[in-house]
Amino acid sequence: MSDITAALATALGLIARLDARLVEIVALSLQVSLTAVAVAAGLGLPLGAAVALGRFPGRRVLIVVLNSLMGLPPVVVGLVVYLLLSRAGPLGPLGLLFTPSAMVIAQATLITPIIAALTRQVIEDAWREYEEQLRSLGVTPRRAILTLLWDTRFSLVTAVLAGFGRASAEVGAVMIVGGNIDGVTRVMTTAIALETSKGDLPLALGLGLILITLVMGVNTAAYVIKEAAQRKFG
Amino acid sequence: MHAPPSILPLAVHDLTFVAGGKTIIDRVSFDLRHGQRTVILGPNGAGKSVLLRLCHGLLTPSGGSIVWGGGQPHPERRQAMVFQRPVMLRRSALANITYALKLAGVPRAERDMRARAALAKVGLDRVADSPARVLSGGEQQRLALARAWALSPEVLFLDEPTANLDPGATRMIEEAIAVIHANGTKIVMTTHDLGQARRIADEVIFLHRGRVLEHTPAAHFFDQPATPEAAAFIRGDLIW
Repeated sequence: MSDITAALATALGLIARLDARLVEIVALSLQVSLTAVAVAAGLGLPLGAAVALGRFPGRRVLIVVLNSLMGLPPVVVGLVVYLLLSRAGPLGPLGLLFTPSAMVIAQATLITPIIAALTRQVIEDAWREYEEQLRSLGVTPRRAILTLLWDTRFSLVTAVLAGFGRASAEVGAVMIVGGNIDGVTRVMTTAIALETSKGDLPLALGLGLILITLVMGVNTAAYVIKEAAQRKFG
Repeated sequence: MHAPPSILPLAVHDLTFVAGGKTIIDRVSFDLRHGQRTVILGPNGAGKSVLLRLCHGLLTPSGGSIVWGGGQPHPERRQAMVFQRPVMLRRSALANITYALKLAGVPRAERDMRARAALAKVGLDRVADSPARVLSGGEQQRLALARAWALSPEVLFLDEPTANLDPGATRMIEEAIAVIHANGTKIVMTTHDLGQARRIADEVIFLHRGRVLEHTPAAHFFDQPATPEAAAFIRGDLIW
């Protein structure tokens, strides 16, 4: 018990004096996960909306696949991206393996299906309500997608945040494609895994505290914004 | 600049609509001409809303034909529709109208002016910048009417536009419909409310179980209904 309290005290000390190692790891984590979320949102939002509105053969299969991919195991994503980026792989010549870019690719792959599947549900519900009115106004499919994405923006924030939560919390994918190289590809989750196995509990615990606070903070902010926006816009 | 040829008259012939093995509209034929307010009257479940959606092109007929103006292309662009439950986008009242104008291809420079004019006509100019979805039910329906009005349609479809509204809001909607009619737009409206049909109709299409039982001038319909079903409906009996 005293080990834990001692570690906790040291961890809080690291956070309080903005320990350089700690800050560097947190900064890289945010950079990687936020970039991955931006990429995944750019792909997942239109993809989800297109599947919601589209009527094409194989649509039901695609929806089931998309929903299943929400539970994609990070280590498997890491393995696949590793194979693609490794020197012998098809994307090997790009030399991205063990760089932050590789980690962005892995996390974006992991969370694009999450954002797309949640978006599909939100947009499909909205389309049920809007379809006749928008068709009466002569909407084109492209315009309908843009209109619905904008009109459900407060609900879609939740979808994007679910992606952010998943990206920033996963360890398997970034470990494999990033390599957990100190000062280059070490992020919060990989550092926690490493420091724990090394026995350096204070740093692991400090990073863990920051990670949890971050995820909770982002979700709280999103919740508050969504509530306020829905009160304002109905 | 000359006006494009009219999309009226509307010629509906042997129109049939089947959904889930059930015939909802059953070999219906009628013609609609310019100038008269047509009220499609009938009990709930008669197929009034479906008939309106078929005419507006929101549903595809299972059989029969719908011909606008002897075969005008894209007749739907000259029509607008107001639904029983208004659907408003999460943006201001004004932006809901400019959005519709944008889809209709109205140049950007004209949209704001036309939208504000339409809002003023239904008495909503003071809430132009309010989010549309926080307006009351009656205000939202007036906004829906303004949105349709702004498009200057040749034909305006209204599907039970006051079914969810209190008498005050209903009155405002009916007054606006009268003005739209006076300005030359063909009104085609469904209702199951006899009083409203009496107030608005120039001619009545009486629909029962997916069939047109009567299509006559309103005065004639209410004074001398030709079918026992219409007579029963006017008496206030439950018919099905």
